[in-house]
Amino acid sequence: MFAAPAAASEVQTAANGNLAAKLTKLKETFTVCSYCGCGCGILLYSDGERIVFAEGDPDHPINEGTLCPKGNGIIDVYNVVNRKHKRRIINPRRITKPLYRAPGAAQWQEISWDEALARIAKRIKKTRDETFEEKDKNGITVNRTTAIGALGSASLDNEENYLLHKMFRALGIINMEHHARL
Amino acid sequence: MTNHFVDYQHTDVFLMIGSNSAENHPQSMRWIGKAKRNRGAKLIVVDPRLTKSTVYADIFARHRPGTDIPFLLGIMNYAIQNNLYHKEYVVNYTNASYLVNPEFGFNDGLFSGAGEKNGRVTYDKATWQYQKDGETIKKDPTLKHPNCVFQLLKKHVSRYDIKTVSNITGIPEDVYRKVCETFASTGAPNKSGNIIYAMGITQHTTGTQNVRAIAMLQLLLGNIGRPGGGVNAQRGESNVQGSTDLAMLSHLLPGYLGVPNATKHKNLQDYIERETPASGYWKNKPKFLISLLKAFYGQHAAKENDFCFDLLPKVDGKNRTHMGIFQEMMAGNIKGFLAWGQNPAVGGPGASYERKAMEKLDWLVVVDLFETETAAFWHAPGVNPQNINTEVFLLPAAFSYEKQGTVTNSGRWIQWRYQAVNPPGEAKSDLWIADRLFKAIRKEYQSGGRFPDPILKMNWDYDIPGHDEPDVEKVAVEINGYEIGKNEPLDSFGKLKDDGSTACGMWIYTGYMAVDKDLNVPNCKRRSREDSGLGSFLKYSFSWPLNRRIIYNRCAADMDGNPWDPERALFKWDGNKWICHDVPDFGGGKPPRESGAAPFIMLPEGHGRLFASGPVDGPFPEHYEPMESPTENIISKQQAAPCANVFKGDWAKLAELGDPNYPIVATTHRTIEHYQSGAVTRSCPTLAEIGPYMYVSVSEELAKEKGIKPGDDVWVETARGKIKCKASVLPVVKPLIVNGRKVEIVGMPWCFGYQGIVTGPVANDLVPAVGDGNTSIPESKAFMCNIRKA
Ligand code: SF4
Repeated sequence: MFAAPAAASEVQTAANGNLAAKLTKLKETFTVCSYCGCGCGILLYSDGERIVFAEGDPDHPINEGTLCPKGNGIIDVYNVVNRKHKRRIINPRRITKPLYRAPGAAQWQEISWDEALARIAKRIKKTRDETFEEKDKNGITVNRTTAIGALGSASLDNEENYLLHKMFRALGIINMEHHARL
Repeated sequence: MTNHFVDYQHTDVFLMIGSNSAENHPQSMRWIGKAKRNRGAKLIVVDPRLTKSTVYADIFARHRPGTDIPFLLGIMNYAIQNNLYHKEYVVNYTNASYLVNPEFGFNDGLFSGAGEKNGRVTYDKATWQYQKDGETIKKDPTLKHPNCVFQLLKKHVSRYDIKTVSNITGIPEDVYRKVCETFASTGAPNKSGNIIYAMGITQHTTGTQNVRAIAMLQLLLGNIGRPGGGVNAQRGESNVQGSTDLAMLSHLLPGYLGVPNATKHKNLQDYIERETPASGYWKNKPKFLISLLKAFYGQHAAKENDFCFDLLPKVDGKNRTHMGIFQEMMAGNIKGFLAWGQNPAVGGPGASYERKAMEKLDWLVVVDLFETETAAFWHAPGVNPQNINTEVFLLPAAFSYEKQGTVTNSGRWIQWRYQAVNPPGEAKSDLWIADRLFKAIRKEYQSGGRFPDPILKMNWDYDIPGHDEPDVEKVAVEINGYEIGKNEPLDSFGKLKDDGSTACGMWIYTGYMAVDKDLNVPNCKRRSREDSGLGSFLKYSFSWPLNRRIIYNRCAADMDGNPWDPERALFKWDGNKWICHDVPDFGGGKPPRESGAAPFIMLPEGHGRLFASGPVDGPFPEHYEPMESPTENIISKQQAAPCANVFKGDWAKLAELGDPNYPIVATTHRTIEHYQSGAVTRSCPTLAEIGPYMYVSVSEELAKEKGIKPGDDVWVETARGKIKCKASVLPVVKPLIVNGRKVEIVGMPWCFGYQGIVTGPVANDLVPAVGDGNTSIPESKAFMCNIRKA
């Protein structure tokens, strides 16, 4: 079940410094696994551009250096090995530009961030303004729209969810949910 | 989780039910392994399937999906009948001694007060209340009074004897007796039992009562608030605990404050009067709410204007949960939708219906790493894009290590994670996207619009001059809370005020950004392995609330402050003071008799609830069959959960009891290789390679009967639709004998969809849109199907 890559210091002893020398040229970054709720600590090694290696943080009290397959495969989200050229490239499936799909269109088209944000803001404003209720039928102040829905995410950081919460409530959204309901 | 993963090392007996930790929470399994090796702990696994977790089990009880309540109530009955429960704990720390209204009753599946509304039972809870003398609740510490909670519980669970439980669940009597003996052994004062669960418990029309049953069993055996004990809901995503805390949910504001409701709260005063209890820690609710309003509306929030309470939207009493929202979308009442880091086109119940509902949208915004099934719904297999007029935006997001911020694990540890690389191409952190989108909306409102106040008055100032990214630490400090005028993060929510002099986005996290004086870093950035021996690791990250590692931890010691087991002494009263290995949750360490009088600090009565009037569907759990079931309910004439939420439309179509077209029980599950809907992992080559196929597990008997060989393509069909996938024929599932008849069960992973490196049909297309009466969580874990060779 577990693959426990040895910590850099152990590798040094085992391989007479060879691999460690390679590792020491890399930047080490502490992260927490993005997958299940166990919260394993992971050390990522990058050369500034690509992440070349991930290992369980041996000093983390929960995982003590071990990782499951998902945690072990975590660098794939960013970069993958291109077998033909034998080098790491950005995972080609990642979306790297804002995309827009027009009504009835069969294709995405790339748009700029400015364009995307402005267009979305206009759609939100239109829908909100057309459906906004200041008071309900009993005269209670409700300041809401029931015509916009929003999902937050259990994959986002706390600080991100907090900003989403503020934004959604500011817009008057009450159709607001996420993974925890399912 | 009331406890945390490292604490599992202290458990004597694990009861894992509705969770497959070996695949879905592998670290949990590692700690279970340690407890087995180091202290001879026993592991009981209860699951319809032979899972990787069952391989490590001392007892494997194979039960039928949807029969968790009889299973759990039967253990309570066994413990009471054989006097194995933790008497001292039960008398002192639970409401067992409380007297209940003498009119309270239960008859043939329904509790007193049952009425009907729209074809669904609704209860008048008048008889579910405690008896009072003025303000004092009447009690009988001998537990003998016929109206005391203990006697009512004893009577209620007496119907769940071993034979009956065996009939309903399909677990052979001898196996079930062994389970009862083994787990009830943790009722001994010096023993700790740990119940681990996950979605196998919650995704039922009885989901809330399933969880209640777990909590009650743990109270009865004295297992809550103690090292090695607890009610441990292992949560599926890296930050689902955090996103729940932050209330990405229709019924809450951050920190478990109820959302304002137009039918109940005209204004702030109304809210405070109706929602603030007279006792228990929640009596501080006004401080938490007003501090939240100050965080939200800053200088605009003043006493004179109710701290801008009116700017918060109020809900309308309609079902605004996940399924309610998609039903509204199908009805054309929702025009625009933001799917931010979630993939309902695969993960939603009745997913094919949800994809159809999205066609009704004017606009859809998806923020994600990859082109998920949700982003691609308009060109899904069999869909003609020409017929879909929805405008779709797909915004590229950064992954966890391409930005920085905190996540909260299942054990409530809030950990800071750092940035390793920049996001690829033009991908941006969700923080950046939220910030820029809100600014763009504000810009639109500068030229006017419907009541712009809630938008323009929202406190929103996270820029760092010269930087592209918003200031994540500033956001964190706002969540943490501070005194207005000072920027120091507060170290305790005890310092929050209701006069507008403090701002705090979410009270339960107060302290996570406060600086540790020894280590000189914010608490959530601490990575010290310093420990006093019990594995509390108080200097590693920050555990909410107030860095407590085990909650309700006053219960770790008896009324005199002696630990139940000296080997696992989380707290000990030495005559003058407490010797602590955790942060006490009893008022800064009040003397034992005083703090022991109300150890469940969040409840107004201060005692754990064996009887609870909160749930809509009864003060005790009761067995009802799943909405689709292979058998009549043998314990009462009430066939299915009387208060369940049944939605409308094709996705809620149900097979009748005994329908020969759908004779097989189906359940869904996850795998170690894929994460949730697979939106991320199916786009990662390593994981795609080791988890390539969608399959259905069928028993060897069923395969023989249907002429199915391993690897054959088969159709799995329900009243709502069908999918084609590969058959896996292994003793993973086996027929069970239920109420004297053979019942076949099949299991399917739900991590496949039509996007990614590896693709497959969506198991959730088959799940009915029926939900728990309290929470509306869908019944994904028990429904009826048929299977045939393709
Ligand atoms: S490495 Fe595995 S066990 Fe650890 S958090 Fe990630 S998914 Fe969970």
